[in-house]
Amino acid sequence: MSQKLDRFTYDVVVIGAGGAGLRAAVEARQAGLSVAIICKSLFGKAHTVMAEGGAAAAMGNVNDNDGWKVHFRDTMRGGKFLNNWRMAELHAKESPDRIWELETWGALFDRTKEGKISQRNFGGHEYPRLAHVGDRTGLELIRTMQQRIVALQQKDKKEFGDAEKFIKVFAELTITDILKDGDKVSGVYGYWRESGDEILFESSAVVLATGGIGKSFKITSNSWEGTGDGHALALKAGGALIDMEFVQFHPTGMVWPPSVRGILVTESVRGDGGVLTNSEGRRFMFDYIPEVFKANYADNEAEADRWYDDQDNNRRPPELLPRDEVARAINTEVKAGRGSPQGGVFLDVSSRLPAEEIKRRLPSMWHQFKELADVDITKAPMEVGPTCHYVMGGVKVDPDTAAADGVAGLFAAGEVAGGMHGSNRLGGNSLSDLLVFGRRAGAGAAAYVKALKNKPTVSEKEIERASTRISEPFTREGGENPYSLHQELQNITQDLVGIIRTEAELKDAMDKLEDIKKRAANAKAEGGRAFNPGFHLALDLENMLLVSESIAKSALERQESRGGHTRDDFPKMDPQWRQYNHATRWNGKKIEVEAEKAKMLPNELVELFEMNELKKYYTENELAKGGN
Amino acid sequence: MAGKVNLRIWRGDSKSGDFKDVQVDANEGEVVLDVIHRVQATQMSDLAVRWNCKAGKCGSCSMEINGKPRLACMTRMNTFEEGETITVTPLRAFPVIRDLVADVSFNYKKAMEVPSFEPPADLAPGEYRMQQVDVERSQEFRKCIECFLCQNTCHVIRDHEENKKSFAGPRFFIRMAELDMHPLDTIRNRKQQAQEEHGLGMCNITKCCTEVCPEHIKITDNAIIPMKERVVDVKYDPVRWLGSKIRKREGI
Ligand SMILES: Cc1cc2nc3c(=O)[nH]c(=O)nc-3n(C[C@H](O)[C@H](O)[C@H](O)COP(=O)(O)OP(=O)(O)OC[C@H]3O[C@@H](n4cnc5c(N)ncnc54)[C@H](O)[C@@H]3O)c2cc1C
Ligand code: SF4
Ligand code: SF4
Ligand code: FES
Repeated sequence: MSQKLDRFTYDVVVIGAGGAGLRAAVEARQAGLSVAIICKSLFGKAHTVMAEGGAAAAMGNVNDNDGWKVHFRDTMRGGKFLNNWRMAELHAKESPDRIWELETWGALFDRTKEGKISQRNFGGHEYPRLAHVGDRTGLELIRTMQQRIVALQQKDKKEFGDAEKFIKVFAELTITDILKDGDKVSGVYGYWRESGDEILFESSAVVLATGGIGKSFKITSNSWEGTGDGHALALKAGGALIDMEFVQFHPTGMVWPPSVRGILVTESVRGDGGVLTNSEGRRFMFDYIPEVFKANYADNEAEADRWYDDQDNNRRPPELLPRDEVARAINTEVKAGRGSPQGGVFLDVSSRLPAEEIKRRLPSMWHQFKELADVDITKAPMEVGPTCHYVMGGVKVDPDTAAADGVAGLFAAGEVAGGMHGSNRLGGNSLSDLLVFGRRAGAGAAAYVKALKNKPTVSEKEIERASTRISEPFTREGGENPYSLHQELQNITQDLVGIIRTEAELKDAMDKLEDIKKRAANAKAEGGRAFNPGFHLALDLENMLLVSESIAKSALERQESRGGHTRDDFPKMDPQWRQYNHATRWNGKKIEVEAEKAKMLPNELVELFEMNELKKYYTENELAKGGN
Repeated sequence: MAGKVNLRIWRGDSKSGDFKDVQVDANEGEVVLDVIHRVQATQMSDLAVRWNCKAGKCGSCSMEINGKPRLACMTRMNTFEEGETITVTPLRAFPVIRDLVADVSFNYKKAMEVPSFEPPADLAPGEYRMQQVDVERSQEFRKCIECFLCQNTCHVIRDHEENKKSFAGPRFFIRMAELDMHPLDTIRNRKQQAQEEHGLGMCNITKCCTEVCPEHIKITDNAIIPMKERVVDVKYDPVRWLGSKIRKREGI
């Protein structure tokens, strides 16, 4: 091997320094193990930093009717009951503790009058539930855990003389392969982005916390890191992805100017009173309240407006329906010719709140529109449209330990893991998911390592395989430019696997993806290895292709519409389909899809719902048999 | 602004480098980072530039644009004159890695030197009570996106490599102020620490840091000056020092 190779050994390697990765690392270190945290960008810059609205946790600080059962119910409804119920249960029960714990590490959330953590309204949540700091909650989460890691390092320095003895951050490093010894994980392999030099971590436990896949789509709120690396790593290591057909299009992304198209406009704008209107000035969301939600959402403006002050006696405004409903409604309005000049709809707070209040509650939105679009949101409405935001699908894991299905020693948490959110995630449920399952993944990995009798070893052959893959983009003859291949891929997913899908388009997408796959295997990197984005993209492309193929194939199988999967040719939700999750696996050449039976709720959770509601989601057969 | 623009990009590494002039398309509403990306996609596929969110939220894309420390993703192309050549260079106060990417590890080392938040031992999670007005002062500093533009611009280190050892820089003065003003932090001598161990005294309040902060944090007025004033109090009036810490504890 001509390339320089750095070698390290850790008990646990965490890939990802977003909320999930940092929380996992803290837990594994607190369990007494040595931990490496690896991330593609600088420490503290992970995508989590962009989260705005808040973290959902049923603390009951603003409305004391709230509790884990209500949160659980909302989460299942949001996901149209396809959620892994055990994950939804753990999440609802544990998120308050995870938020309170952040305070002990220095987080400063906004406060209620009593001095408790304030909570705000968000789509799909029955009570004000999102702990927040203005509209920069993700930054607070990241910074708090980044500083927690520093605190642990300072302690190690005092005790052992070396801050990085047990926990070290490897920033600007990309992992390209999971190494295995038989059926067990033995380490990970990758390259320093800065130098292009290769690096090997020997470790018997690996936590994937790599976040989302948005960069496979043209219009997205995600940062460049969202290339689905963890999804692809799990597939290639022999793991399974579930629910990949469910991709969340956030209803409100910026639509103008073109270069910022997709950047998020936080849901808090609607939670704090913002309304959606079309070119005729109509608050169109009243026309799109689905049958299953009629009991909870106001059908007239007067009631909807009263709700902001009196939630016990009024139904919620339909602007706060779950995201999939709002995104589809906007899509329909624009298609019907009632859109705004730039091809979105109007979102207005200027007529709803005093200017000072808008600036206080939504400072970064004010800033964002002022600086990027020359729009003062205290005076004029925003123009917004759907943007690819979040992937519900992900690595199939054990709910309690976050252990990946089928690969001993592999764990996954955060956006890269699947199951928790079913077919659609509620806003705010991701940040709390990161904390709850990040912690569980760290604990799961630690327990696994401690119980392991024989440590797996890394063979030269595995190193050779991983190393060859990294150098390939340089050795290819006459291949295509990775940037143009990426653009082509983004157009295909956007147009054919996007917010509304049909069988013909999905099949077309699959053929086109197959074609790009062949060409991408030949994508060529120009220049040298040092900090070379063209080279990085050539490798990331493979991940985005595996993810896109998984999405397209799962979407083709599911002949119904549910949450983040809408089929024009099968517009109805069908309880028959609730009985299945799609699992995708990689057979070395292509993605294969399998329908796996989704479990019924256990009795004690069945009791949390009215039979009338359950009938909308479960088959008669299932209900007759009763809970699990 | 639409049509061609002239960009002068610094290319090179820690050993050598030079400016390269390019012409590239720019469309309406674009920012400098968009144009750099277009150069990357069409003319220099190995041009190194850091970025993440492209929304001014992560602080990755810091560089110098016409000599001014800026976020490339928040610098609109229509702020330049028609036909003006836009010069982009890496942050000057830090060693260059390649092209527009600088080695900012100095800042992570300094972060490690600030003692962490120390909560009261007798308060269980969930029992923390703080008033909005009391957390707001620290919250202003927690808006920091760690773009390190203030660090880059501060003349104490920009022009004097030798000061780096003993000077934490404005980003970490606001971190110390944040902890000092945190209603529940129990470490009592943060101001002295700032003065004696982190070089607060070397700051001569030029306010250049405040001017470049993309988060509009009033670094000098709200953090550095109060920290300096109170250091003076503390040094000469131990009774007042004690008083200020007792008041802080009453916030519980
Ligand atoms: C604009 C925006 C606003 C949002 N607002 C909210 C909100 O208000 N509430 C909410 O609950 N959710 C929100 N979300 C969703 C939420 O922010 C994300 O789902 C969540 O932050 C994902 O966190 P994570 O820890 O799983 O991964 P990320 O934060 O995405 O971090 C992934 C990490 O993995 C690393 N990584 C990836 N691949 C590799 C590799 N190959 N090698 C090494 N490292 C790698 C990356 O460098 C990064 O450090 C929002 C999302 C967006 C885009
Ligand atoms: S005010 Fe102080 S910290 Fe800020 S730039 Fe001037 S000398 Fe540096
Ligand atoms: S204080 Fe402002 S300029 Fe300095 S690092 Fe933070 S955000 Fe950047
Ligand atoms: S890319 Fe995140 S601040 Fe510019």
